[in-house]
This record gives sequence, C-alpha cells and structure tokens, in this order.
Amino acid sequence: MLLGPALGVSAVLFALGVAGVLLRRNVIIVFICVELMLNAVNLTFVALAQELGPNGQVIVFFVMAVAAAEAAVGLAIILAIFRHKQTVDLQDINLLRG
Amino acid sequence: MPPSVGWIWLVVLLPFAGFVANGLLSFLKPSAKRAVSTIGVGVLVAAFGLAVAVVLGVARDPNDAPYLIHLWNWLPVGDLNIGVTFQVDQLSSVMLMVITGVGTLIHIFSIGYMREDDGYARYFAYLNLFIFFMLILVLGASFPLLFVGWEGVGLCSYLLIGFWYTEKANADAGKKAFIMNRIGDFGFLIAMFMIYRATGTLNFTEVFATAPQVFQVAGPAITAITLFLFLGCTGKSAQIPLYTWLPDAMAGPTPVSALIHAATMVTAGVYLVARTNMLFAMAPVSSAVVATVGAVTALWAASIALKQWDIKKVLAYSTVSQLGYMFLGVGVGAYASGVFHLVTHAFFKALLFLGSGSVIHAMHKAYHHTHRHDDAQDMRNMGGLRHWMPWTTGVMWVATLAIAGVPGFSGFFSKDEILAAAFARGQEHWLFYLLWVLGTVAAFLTAFYMARLMLYTFHGPNRTGEAEREHLHEAPWVMTGPLLVLAAGSAIGGLLNLPEVLPGAGWLEHWLAPVTSGSGLYLPEAALAHGTEWTLLLVATLLALGGLYAAWHFLKPEALTTAAEAPAETGFGLVLNRKYYIDEIYQGVIVRPLVWLSDRLLWRTVDKGVIDGAAVNGSAWALRGLGWVGSLLESGAVGWYVVVFVTGVLGLLYFVAR
Repeated sequence: MLLGPALGVSAVLFALGVAGVLLRRNVIIVFICVELMLNAVNLTFVALAQELGPNGQVIVFFVMAVAAAEAAVGLAIILAIFRHKQTVDLQDINLLRG
Repeated sequence: MPPSVGWIWLVVLLPFAGFVANGLLSFLKPSAKRAVSTIGVGVLVAAFGLAVAVVLGVARDPNDAPYLIHLWNWLPVGDLNIGVTFQVDQLSSVMLMVITGVGTLIHIFSIGYMREDDGYARYFAYLNLFIFFMLILVLGASFPLLFVGWEGVGLCSYLLIGFWYTEKANADAGKKAFIMNRIGDFGFLIAMFMIYRATGTLNFTEVFATAPQVFQVAGPAITAITLFLFLGCTGKSAQIPLYTWLPDAMAGPTPVSALIHAATMVTAGVYLVARTNMLFAMAPVSSAVVATVGAVTALWAASIALKQWDIKKVLAYSTVSQLGYMFLGVGVGAYASGVFHLVTHAFFKALLFLGSGSVIHAMHKAYHHTHRHDDAQDMRNMGGLRHWMPWTTGVMWVATLAIAGVPGFSGFFSKDEILAAAFARGQEHWLFYLLWVLGTVAAFLTAFYMARLMLYTFHGPNRTGEAEREHLHEAPWVMTGPLLVLAAGSAIGGLLNLPEVLPGAGWLEHWLAPVTSGSGLYLPEAALAHGTEWTLLLVATLLALGGLYAAWHFLKPEALTTAAEAPAETGFGLVLNRKYYIDEIYQGVIVRPLVWLSDRLLWRTVDKGVIDGAAVNGSAWALRGLGWVGSLLESGAVGWYVVVFVTGVLGLLYFVAR
C-alpha cells in the first residue's frame, strides 16, 4: 500500500537533487541538493521497511546521524572557503584545474 | 726438492719489495737518488744471487720432474682450483737466469743513464715492478697465473713507454702498445677458456698430461686453441700483424727498450709457445702458421730496418726480425733452438740497445751544452763516434758480429740452428724450404743493416757540429761496465748449444729435454746429414760476411748530410723508410672505419639517437603527453566532475542491473 507512490516521490526528489547538484553554482544550494538526495533515499528505505521489516528504518537513523555530521563538516568547509575567497560560487573554486 | 728451490718465492718478492720502497720514495723523497739506486739495484742483485742458487739446485738434482711450489689457493671455484703456484723446471730456470741476470745489468746501467732525470725513483719503481711481473710470467704454474704476469708486464711496458708523459707522442706510443696487446690478449683468453672446457684444468702439468687423451692430433680443437694462443704471442712479441707498437715503444728510456722491448718481455710469446710445446706439436697446422709468420716477420722487419735513420728504430725493427727467427724455430718444432736464440738475443740485443743508449747519452749531453735542439737519436747527426767512445764502439761491434751471425759469436750458432731445423723439415713439405730461404735472406739483410748502423754511427766523418764535437765523451763506468759483461755474453753465449757437428754439442737442448720431450712423439724425425749441416753453416757464414762487406763497400758515410739538410727519400727507399706505410694502412683500414662506426653509428645513432633519444627521452615525452591528455579531464569545474561521476554511476548501475 502506497509503496508505488512513495517510491515515485523519492525518485522525483532524488532526480531533483541530482539536477540541482549538476546545474546550480552556489555551493550552499548544491549542499542542500545533496541533503535532498539523502532524504530521497531515506524515503525509499522507510517505504520499503513497510514490506520488508524494520531494518530499513534503522538504516534511516544511521543516515540521519551521518548526514548531521556531514552537514557540520560541509558547512564548516564552505565557511572556510568563503573566508578565503569571499565567494561561494563553484565557478571560482577551481584550484585543482589541470 | 733441493732446499734452494723452496726459496723461489723470495726471488719473486724481492723486486716487489723494491717496487714498494721505490714507489714510496718517489712520493715522499724523490731527491734521495742514492737510496733509490741502492734499493733498486740491490733487490735485483739479491734476486739474481738467489736465482743462481735455485738453478744450481735444479741442475744438481737428478730428478727431471718440475718442482711445484704451492703458496696459497687463489681461485677455488667449483672444480677449478687455481693456486699461486710456481713451477721451477729447466725452461723457467733459463728464463730466470736471463731475466735476473740481464735485468741486473740493465738496472746498473740505468743508474748512469737516468742520473739526471727528475723521475728517478718512479723509474726504478716501474723497473722493479716489471721484473716482479716478468718472474710471475715465467714461474707461474698455470695459464691464469702466467696471464697475470703477462698483463703485468704489459702494464709496466705502458708505464715506461710513456715515462716522459708530458710529450703527447710518448703517451700515444704507450697507448698504442697497450691496445695492440689487448688484441692479442683476447686470443690468449679465448684459448684459456677452450683449454679449460676441453681438459677441465688450467695447470700446465695437468693440461699437458691430459692433452693426448682429450685432443685429436691435428684436430680442430687443438688447432683453434694453439692459433688463439699464437694470436696472444703476436701481440706480446710484436709479430705480423700486431708488430707496429714495438718501434713506437722506443719513446721510452733506452734501458727500458733494452730490458722490456728487446731482452725479456717481448720474448714472452716465444716462452709461451715453448712452454706449451705439447699443444703446438699436436697441431701441425698451427705450428706451420707460427713458423711462417715468424719467417715472414723476420724478412719484413729486416727490410724496414734498412732505411731507418733513428738508431733505436733500426734496433727496434731488428728486434721484431729476431723475434721472427725465434718463432720460426719454435714453429718448426726446434723448441730448444728457439729458446737458445732467445737467450743469445737477450745478450746481444740488450747490448746493442744499451750501447745506443750510451751514444744517445753522449749526443744529448753534447747538444745540451750548446743548447741545440737537433735529434740526438738520428744517425745522420752522428758519425765517427769511435774517436770519442772507444769502449762503446768495441762492444757494439761485438754485438753486431753476434747478431749478424759471424762464426764464433753467439748469434751465429743460435740462428744457424733455427735455419737448419727449418731446412731439415723441408723433406716433409716444400713450405719449410721456402721458410729457410726467407730466413736466410733476412740473415743477409741483418748483417747489412747492422753494418750500416755501425758505419753511420761510429765511422766516417763526424756530423754532430763544430761546437758540439768537443763535448762528446765516453759514458761513465757504471754504464760501460754492464756493456762489457753483456759483450762477453754475446761473444761466448754460443757455447750453450753448439751445433751437432762440434764436440760438446747441444748442452741447452739436453737441459731442456725434460720440458720438450713430451712433444717429441708428435714431431717428425728430421735429422740432417753432416755434409748438409756443414753446407748450411758455410752458406750462413758467407751471407753474414757478405752482408757486412756489402754495407761496408756500398754505403758512403762521407756523402751523408745531417738530418736537418737530408734530401727526401725516393723510390723504394721511401717505402721502406715509411715502413711500407703499414701504420697509415692500419689507420685507414681499421682505425678510421672503427672510429667512424663508433662515432657516427654507435655513438650518434645508437647511443644518442636510439637509447638516449627514443628510449630514455622518448618514454618521458610519451608519459608527459599521456599526462596532458589526463589533465584535460581536470577542468577544475565541480559540475563537470559531478557529470562524470553521475554518468559513471549510471553506467555501473546499467551493468549491474542488466
């Protein structure tokens, strides 16, 4: 029940996240899009847990914990970059260009 | 074993100790010339005394087998065990006497000749080192130990040819000698490898004992081994085609020419053939090659000597020619005769060189007084020196009569024996008659060029110069003393081995019999009737006297001009004077193409082009290009990375899900 619509919503959310990462230039937006993808995956886990037992729900908690840690580190990096370069535009962050 | 033979190691060690002491002195206190002469000559006198005791011990002992004095194991590798072992037998005894005896005389002579040289200590250090290596060469009981001595004397030869190394010509002459010898040494090494492969050992006694079992007489293996050995001999003993280094080696001090390039080192090839007579007797083709090369070299070098003006060059070509006689002797199987000529040649050629050294010494001093820079070695600048140098003239005449083969003198007996041995083999094959003819003609030329040398140097008018003439004088006693001893040896050395038609004949041949007896089985019996032998003696005598007379009669020293005003040579005389252009031919045919090959092909094309260019730099360029292609992916745009990443993930998913 509701499995099909739930998976459909999560697929749309994931695709939106990927599109945002690919297309947007602002690091903050890209970062939020990454969170969007994580939560799309979470939704998939939760939906499938209805059918397959509670393992998926446990993993969702793990993902949320890791995502919180990742958000802390990621935001710190973005802050550091901003202090360094006065911008958060990905176009200008290209130190590794060959 | 007689007790004295056990002391043979000391005979070898003494010259080495002299080398170490004089070598240190040459660094620490080169001005201590008295100490240097005492050490340098002292060790030689002591070594000679000990050597006499050793040889007397060998002579008294009725046992004929060689004494092997094993000192220590040198190269124990698998089945091969090469020790530092000295072999004292009849042949090495003869060589021991020649090396220490003539060596001592030449060391004494050097005191006078080199007195004013700055490198006095260095000179005696090299000379002592040479004696050390020469003794290793003749005493070594195995091929590798002989080779150590063989290379060591080559090194000393190089050091002493280039003794006055500040002049490029001298250094070049040293290099030439070294490289020419290297070609021969290659043959020696190959022969050694082949001997080890066939017999499994390299010790002389064992090789000669097993040779009859493992080698087929006249078979390809033994022929190849002996030919490679002989290649080594042509390098060391200056035979065709590797003889051109010896005349250039005259760049060294004259006593060095006497010791190394006349009496001892260059006879090492003859010694090697005599030592391995067993192998050469089993290879008749190689023996014929040895004899032919010897006879042709004898005539070839003698003809070049006819037109040389440098007194030492005449003697150098004479040495090449006489070495050819020795090879003719050992090539026709007359090993004792070859060694006999080696001994007599050591006397008279050392004497000739030292005599010429005495002349050069006087000429040099005379020119030095008046600060003239003419050539002190050119015979056209000499003439009439007998008025100033009576002793030198006398002993030089003795040596000339000996080398020319005038009856009674040593060279007559030794040369005649070789020619008789060649003639006797003529019954077997016409080649040996031809070799006899070559040798006989060379004997005539020998008498001629030696008489020419004497005539231009000591007789006729003096051409040295008005002011210089009064400074000419006889050499000091320390130089003429050794000359007199050598003159005695040159005169009576023939007594060692008188021909069969005289009483008391063949002493040296009997002495060497234990060494050469093994090869007797493989040599044809070749005896001459007494009538034939007398005829040969008569022919040799007539040719020797004829050569001397011809030179005396046809050459006119009165018409000679000094070297500076000499007219250019013409015709065949020019060809002889330029040594048949052999040096130029070698330069053009071998050296130039080799240099071209090395320079253009091997260096510029292979080394710089292929290895440096394509292989080393090429791989670097290729990797740099590959890195540039890879760096194109690193655009620095994060979006692009994500596109690649997502594409990759989708691709992976496609493959996994399929």
